[in-house]
Amino acid sequence: MNLLHYLKDHLLLLDGGLGTLLQERGLLPGELPEDWNLSHPECIREIHTAYFDAGSNVVNLNTFGANTLKYTPEQLDAVIGAAVRIGREAIASSCGEQPKWLALDIGPTGRMLKPFGDLDFEDAVAIFAETVRIGVRHGVDLILIETMNDSYETKAALLAAKENSDLPVFVSNAYGEDGKLMTGATPAAMVALLEGMGADAIGVNCSQGPAALAGVVEEYLRLSSLPVLFKPNAGLPRTVDGKTVFDVSPEAFSEEVARLIERGVRIAGGCCGTTPAYLSALSRRGNTLSPLPVTEKHRTVVSSYARAVTLGGAPILIGERINPTGKKRFQEALRRADMDYILREGLLQEEKGAQILDVNVGLPDIAEKEMLCRAVAELQAVTALPLQIDTADPVAMEAALRLYNGKAMINSVNGKRESMEAVFPLAKKYGGVVVALTLDENGIPARAEERLGIARRILACAEEYGLAKEDLLFDPLALTVSTDPTAARETLRALELIRLELGCHTSLGVSNVSFGLPARDLINGTFFAMALERGLSAAILNPYSEEMQKTYAAFCALSGLDANCASYIEFASSRQVSAAVTAPSTPAAGPSAKEEGESGLRRAIRKGLREQAASLTSELLQSIPPLSVIEQEIIPALDAVGIGFEQKTVYLPQLLMSAEAAKGAFEAVKAAMPDKGSATRAAVVLATVKGDIHDIGKNIVRLLLENYGFAVTDLGRDVSPERILEETLRQNAPIVGLSALMTTTVPAMEETVRLLHERAPHCRVMVGGAVLNPDYAKAIGADYYAKDAMEAVRCAEEIERLLV
Amino acid sequence: MMDARIEARTYGALLPTRKEILRYAGLGKAEDAQVEALLEEALTLSHKALCGRVCFSLLPLSHKDGELDLGFALTDSADLARALRHCDRILLFAATVGVEMDRLILRESRKSMTMGLLLGAIGTAAVEALCDRFCKDVGEALAQKGELLSPRFSPGYGDLPLSLQKEIFSYLGCSRSIGLTLNESLLMTPAKSVTAIAGIKWAAN
Repeated sequence: MNLLHYLKDHLLLLDGGLGTLLQERGLLPGELPEDWNLSHPECIREIHTAYFDAGSNVVNLNTFGANTLKYTPEQLDAVIGAAVRIGREAIASSCGEQPKWLALDIGPTGRMLKPFGDLDFEDAVAIFAETVRIGVRHGVDLILIETMNDSYETKAALLAAKENSDLPVFVSNAYGEDGKLMTGATPAAMVALLEGMGADAIGVNCSQGPAALAGVVEEYLRLSSLPVLFKPNAGLPRTVDGKTVFDVSPEAFSEEVARLIERGVRIAGGCCGTTPAYLSALSRRGNTLSPLPVTEKHRTVVSSYARAVTLGGAPILIGERINPTGKKRFQEALRRADMDYILREGLLQEEKGAQILDVNVGLPDIAEKEMLCRAVAELQAVTALPLQIDTADPVAMEAALRLYNGKAMINSVNGKRESMEAVFPLAKKYGGVVVALTLDENGIPARAEERLGIARRILACAEEYGLAKEDLLFDPLALTVSTDPTAARETLRALELIRLELGCHTSLGVSNVSFGLPARDLINGTFFAMALERGLSAAILNPYSEEMQKTYAAFCALSGLDANCASYIEFASSRQVSAAVTAPSTPAAGPSAKEEGESGLRRAIRKGLREQAASLTSELLQSIPPLSVIEQEIIPALDAVGIGFEQKTVYLPQLLMSAEAAKGAFEAVKAAMPDKGSATRAAVVLATVKGDIHDIGKNIVRLLLENYGFAVTDLGRDVSPERILEETLRQNAPIVGLSALMTTTVPAMEETVRLLHERAPHCRVMVGGAVLNPDYAKAIGADYYAKDAMEAVRCAEEIERLLV
Repeated sequence: MMDARIEARTYGALLPTRKEILRYAGLGKAEDAQVEALLEEALTLSHKALCGRVCFSLLPLSHKDGELDLGFALTDSADLARALRHCDRILLFAATVGVEMDRLILRESRKSMTMGLLLGAIGTAAVEALCDRFCKDVGEALAQKGELLSPRFSPGYGDLPLSLQKEIFSYLGCSRSIGLTLNESLLMTPAKSVTAIAGIKWAAN
């Protein structure tokens, strides 16, 4: 019988704990349970049979940790093959009359994915893929991914299952006491991610007893359109007379689980501590219940590693600033791969209230796929906001969607056949809400009704690809009102038609409307208000725009979307406070606070006042040429602090704050002469060596070197000797700086130095890091040893001097 | 799987003392209003990110042929043997302040390196404070039975090899119980984490 068919009108009973029973039979901590498929097959068979006898429909094979991190491919095949064979024997020997299936059980790898751990996302996919392929070859009936406590690893496993089998895939996560996964995902975020990628059933297992997990399960039932799975522990374990016992009895367990079956759970079983006695009790209790139908929830939702954002409530603000169009400084940052600049742009928008971040890094002269992937990877490591992948290149789009840790917004598709054929399969495979522009081969129609017509065609095509209308977000396209007085009106009409006739959500890039007009913010803000009133679900806008913020805050208050006007009041009072603070505080930085003979800018740098340093620099640039500002103000101030650090009157955090203030000043100089190359001194390649992930020290060195005008390329941490050599040769860089913090990675540093001296003899290598000293540095062949960041600057200066 | 031989405890946000943080930040005794203000902000952010978790096991200890049998692994470390003199059991534990702290440090370093440095110092001080607190709890429980807990000793100290991490992780199942993982270079994620062994002996000895 077909499993998914059976599930349509039956409660599906899974099995109980396996590990606890194996421990009772002598499995030791640290021993691989999967080895028992080969060493104690009768033991595993007995347990599986007992679960089938108790009424289980599905037995989880003993493959939880069976992967290529622990086994060679041959061993893995033997272990999984034996697991399936044992499962078949258990089916044959069970007296139970219910339909029975065997699940390939997939648990976490035990490793953390990058960037926090060292396992690459694609490597994780490959590890799971191997297990899946072997399981499929041996004839399992379904795949159960379980006990996952990280959203990213869950995605890797599900992707591997979908790419390597046509079997049903159930996905179950382990939630902590705080109702989140260990790496932060809420149930709403996981439901969005897993539904988007096409899991067949989703749910919750392990970590706690049924009562403690009830809240999480209810959240799944409220949000999900899929059958919900529940497989809790028998409460918490404790030791009594040297034996492990759990604090929830079989009867209490089955009552608690039954309560949630009555609320809609369709797949139930037990995890740690549950024995066949628990499953017998659950089976008996389950037989008295009729399962509730699974209902479609029609939610338009995107997610990040941590949270979900749902459209249809208060309008959603999508920050548009990560985009090089018309922004020279951003373009320069992209060309230099200055990720800090791009990330700061993201984090600042978050502070300003953006709920989703648009990510567009397309420039004709950079490799978009690589840059988009890098930007997505780095952004998703530091922000919990969902991302909107914005590219016209389907290859870049797929690569970014693949490694995105969540369900993304996809920007965009349009009514052209070619566009829909490229984008819809990606949305179907990786999940996503697609922004659909109402234009086609003939351009953007003037009339609202024609834009509605295109929307209809897009929707019909999406349905052919298995997408539903909640997977689309229509953008009826704001055109410039200065060239066509009816432009705004038709856009707003189209918006309303799409919402009312198709029942779809809408989005608008608001600021186009004012192009060519003075005081654009005013037009934008009013247009935004008009669109919101017509039912706009999301807007792509500049979150720094005060006018937009005002409109949004007031609209939410006036539309009953802001309980007690609380957000509005907070918004308004923050405006008053900042207005009050900025005015009188300026004189404090004035001459009275100055030390004798010290200019305001030098003082700001010495005191580490970043914003003040930037604004004072801009002021000075009105009267003094940029180079003079650098040479007469910024560098002397930095030097003074650096000398203080060397003489131990200034400590590291203060040195850093001054360096950052100086960086703020340099940014201001750069803004004044953006076309000039920023660095005028020698090229330096920096890296933390292979195997080492400590980079604070190296980052401090980078900051100071940049301040002193060196052209620094930072290769990051855990960098191979070959990569460092390649970059050194590519730039013909005379200076390489290497950092290592651990004794275990010094050999990698030595190897890098050797390779550089052999293949790039022109360069000089300076090294630093906690484990090194001058003798040790000499012993591994380094040319210079720098004990701290200031000394690194001095070394670089000396190398540069010797070049001339 | 959950194993009663291995227990887990959650401690939540345990903030270290200011003095410890400043020591790890390399700040010594310097008074500085700017740094002080940043530190306040760093502490507020850390409070939301820190989530202390510990998993541990009590194991028998025996000496044989110059080797130590730790109950989960053998070692010939002389320094550990010295630290465990007169002990007949050990406390093996792994402690972490959670991956949110890694994320916070990464995030704030992008905006301000000074903030990153301070947060890094808070994380390091926080996991030490967590270990202190946990060992104090265990020590007090042992004291009631007339036992003493010796100071903790970690892989990488003295001649105790870092490679012992593999056996510790395999035995404690750290990833499932407290979300702590070990990478190929034997580094831990979350980064602000500690594994350690402390000896248990009779107070009379």
